Amino acid sequence: MADIPAPAPASGAPARPARPRGKAYQAFIDGVGANNPVFMQVLGICSTLAVTNVVSNTVVMCLGLIWATAMSNLSVSILRRWIPARVRMIVETLIIAVWVILVDIVLRAYLPDMSRTLGPYVGLIITNCIVMGRTEAFGLTNPPGLALIDGISAGLGYSYVLLIIAVIRELAGSGSIMGFKVLGQWWTNWSIFVMPAGAFFLLATFIWIVKGVILKEAKK
Amino acid sequence: MTDWSTLGPLAVFFGAIFTNNILLTNYLGMCSFLSISREIKSSMGLGAAVVFVMAMTNALNWPIHYYVLVPLGLTYLGFIVYIIVIAASVQLVEMIVERVSETLYQNLGIFLPLITVNCAVFGAVLFMFIRKYTFLASLAYGVGGGLGWALAIVAMAGLRAKMSRARVPRGLEGAGITLIITGIMALAFMGFSGMIPAA
Repeated sequence: MADIPAPAPASGAPARPARPRGKAYQAFIDGVGANNPVFMQVLGICSTLAVTNVVSNTVVMCLGLIWATAMSNLSVSILRRWIPARVRMIVETLIIAVWVILVDIVLRAYLPDMSRTLGPYVGLIITNCIVMGRTEAFGLTNPPGLALIDGISAGLGYSYVLLIIAVIRELAGSGSIMGFKVLGQWWTNWSIFVMPAGAFFLLATFIWIVKGVILKEAKK
Repeated sequence: MTDWSTLGPLAVFFGAIFTNNILLTNYLGMCSFLSISREIKSSMGLGAAVVFVMAMTNALNWPIHYYVLVPLGLTYLGFIVYIIVIAASVQLVEMIVERVSETLYQNLGIFLPLITVNCAVFGAVLFMFIRKYTFLASLAYGVGGGLGWALAIVAMAGLRAKMSRARVPRGLEGAGITLIITGIMALAFMGFSGMIPAA
């Protein structure tokens, strides 16, 4: 999946002359493509799959998730020398909780309707395995700059998969995108796509296609 | 919007198992669901642990929310407090399992501490506040939600055990086919909807 245009985020990388942008670039590409959290590890689909029936909800959730992943990865990375190994899980969770609470407060203040529709799912970003997984696997062992980039890219890699699913679900399920009617009167809504089962089927199909492509490439 | 707060504990209990299965309709707890559902035995263990933790965290978080956070105006700290309560309960369950059954402890391995970040447990806590359940209903929701989750994961483990002999397209192996079966299970569980009025 190297076809996603990825601007080299060299400016965010730590100023270390021995290792130029290669490492930061690699961290970025890994999250979006080869190591994409959704279809390679099938992590963290819990909280966000639920809101993919409408595109606008998904966009808000994904922004919240990117923010939470990036910031908590950054903060864990900054604090990594002071976090005792034994209690690191709970420390990471608390750090993540702080960033997610910020998202929740901002949503409640500026987008109260959206906040009500999303219900518990904003808070559930805390327990999203991706956020936790990135801080555990990357933030704890890498410098802050790289951790920030890794968090953003993991969030982006996750978001575009969910956005694709959301677009298909809303288009097929209600004939609209972001609430605007796109398909005309002739379109019969496929209500299965609005129901939970539709999300499972779509995600499975998505994983199937991506894995198929990867398997084919591996054969060559 | 459905008014959830008026439902009795019994309706909430069965609703949480069947009509509002936390996994199949709310997509919560997918991560451990996908990775642990290979063996019936360990999925049963994890299911039991989730039932216990969920009931406990709901029962603990309810009074904390209504008697401590609300009077003090600290509800914005809710997420952090709930998570701490969940983490503590999980720690307790971990110690109990370690004492009671060594094999179960080894089977569940890393996943037991991960119940802390199991979305289903945290989701149940958030749902019970959003739906304004009474204390009894919250407790019923915790037990029922846990049972519903356990039911789904054990059923899935059984299906996967049968399926291990079947030939699955290579791209679908693992997560893909599991998700498709989950979808079919979600469809089947939808047959329960409408059995409980307003739920």
